[in-house]
Amino acid sequence: MATTIPIGPYHPLQEEPEHYLLTVEEEEVIDVDVQIGYNHRGIEKLSEKKTFNQVPFLVERVCGICSHSHPYAYCLAVEDCGDIEVPERAKYIRTLIGELERIHSHLLWAGLAGHFIGYDTVFMWAWKYREDVLDLLELLTGNRNAYAMMKPGGVQREIKREDLEGARPKLETLREKSEMLYNAILDDPVLKARLEGVGVLPREDARAFGALGPTSRASGLPADVRADFPYGVYDELDWKVITREDGDTLARVEVRLLETLESIKMTEQIIDEIPDEGSIDSEPENVPAGEGIGNYEAPRGECFHYVQSDGSNRPVRHKIRAPTFMNFPTYKSTCKGETVADATIILASVDPCYSCTERAISLKNNEDVDLLELSQQKTADLKQEYGVDKSPLEEVLDE
Amino acid sequence: MNWKSWGISKSPWLYHVNTGSCNNCDIEIVDCLTPKFDVERFGGKLVGSPRHADVLMVTGPMTRKSKPRFERILEASAKPFIVAAVGTCACSKGMFHDAYNCIGPVRKVTEALDEEIMVLNIPGCPPRPEAIIDGLVTGLNQLKEVKL
Ligand code: SF4
Repeated sequence: MATTIPIGPYHPLQEEPEHYLLTVEEEEVIDVDVQIGYNHRGIEKLSEKKTFNQVPFLVERVCGICSHSHPYAYCLAVEDCGDIEVPERAKYIRTLIGELERIHSHLLWAGLAGHFIGYDTVFMWAWKYREDVLDLLELLTGNRNAYAMMKPGGVQREIKREDLEGARPKLETLREKSEMLYNAILDDPVLKARLEGVGVLPREDARAFGALGPTSRASGLPADVRADFPYGVYDELDWKVITREDGDTLARVEVRLLETLESIKMTEQIIDEIPDEGSIDSEPENVPAGEGIGNYEAPRGECFHYVQSDGSNRPVRHKIRAPTFMNFPTYKSTCKGETVADATIILASVDPCYSCTERAISLKNNEDVDLLELSQQKTADLKQEYGVDKSPLEEVLDE
Repeated sequence: MNWKSWGISKSPWLYHVNTGSCNNCDIEIVDCLTPKFDVERFGGKLVGSPRHADVLMVTGPMTRKSKPRFERILEASAKPFIVAAVGTCACSKGMFHDAYNCIGPVRKVTEALDEEIMVLNIPGCPPRPEAIIDGLVTGLNQLKEVKL
């Protein structure tokens, strides 16, 4: 007889609230469902109230782990919309921070994956080495997590040559440690037993579900925006797309760890090649009416932003699609037939990020309201509070 | 200080509640547990159930869907406990002050339920692990002056 096991929304396993429903027959998982919406904050709506230069600070708060990916994708979208040129030096700085972020995100995931299968040594090690990347980011940008580097048309801050040179020894230790972690994880018989052949995502399924990022690359699909539609300076760097054919959890671990090494290599190349002179910001005057898209390869896969402009100083529509949204459906393929104990690591192996994904929710089972209604209500209330019928901007435009 | 405050201030067990945060505060809380910052020096430990917890580490601006769940967690927690609002979102909603789906901040929800619940505010977006540890230690030291 089938039983449903609810996991969540608050449980010790993951940082974010989410609700899994595992339908099991004895030990075997026969179906899985995910309920999300706990993290929906209404960022797309907020973004319509901000000017083009303010939005990067907002979208940085979409997700704290990808706090460079979302602003980057947004800036690419705005630059696409307004045909804005980005100076060479700014591109290097953007790519540098992006790769450091990838290292931090992959090490973070490797640690959490160890924690999910009860192997806390891996967790402590990976997070200890991750501190080195955070120190580097702090050295280069001044912040550990939310870097605040992006702006349409360039970057906010310079990075000095001394700082870049100072990063080299740290990168060298980081490479040693990551290689050690990689070898230690792949040599470990316990991890091998827990991960090999578990949660296999066949290549056809990865394609059918539209899986992205390391999840698809571990199933043999070399989908990577950095190679397919190069932005930044990726076409000038020497690197390769890591793929594995097996599609199991071990392959996903391997892809992420190898990508970490690849990112360290790229970071070193960027430090060598970054021009010392030149502007970092093309200071675009305004964004003409039109629309633009930005695709960015976030640590979890392709992050997509769409921006529509009506020629004013704010986006009229801003749409975000995060990679986890596309990776969720793969659970239907990977979890079935596995045991409950393995389900945790399979669910975690796509590196789900809910705060990125939750762009819309239905509150039907909570309060009987619709989000659109709520957001319109909010605007109407404000207008009433200020005693105007139109928004201040609309009034200015009318005059 | 009575025996209850003394008990909490010695080895606070932490339970982590995310009410719609952006993950940044959460990873900084987890960072506190890892070798570089290591809150276990102060007896702090992340536990899996609010029934075991002395301190609820709350992050995020309290979305509509998580509010009823958070209230249930407050009811389920072993009394006495303190709530630590970690991050600007949890302290004051910060960037999300005018978002339609955020009905925080945390203090508003705890006060509506029970005025007595002590709320520690640890601002920052995200607060660094040092700040979180400092906030916790300062808060726990202040427990010496209050009766729970
Ligand atoms: S305070 Fe800042 S870092 Fe923390 S959850 Fe809120 S937006 Fe994210």
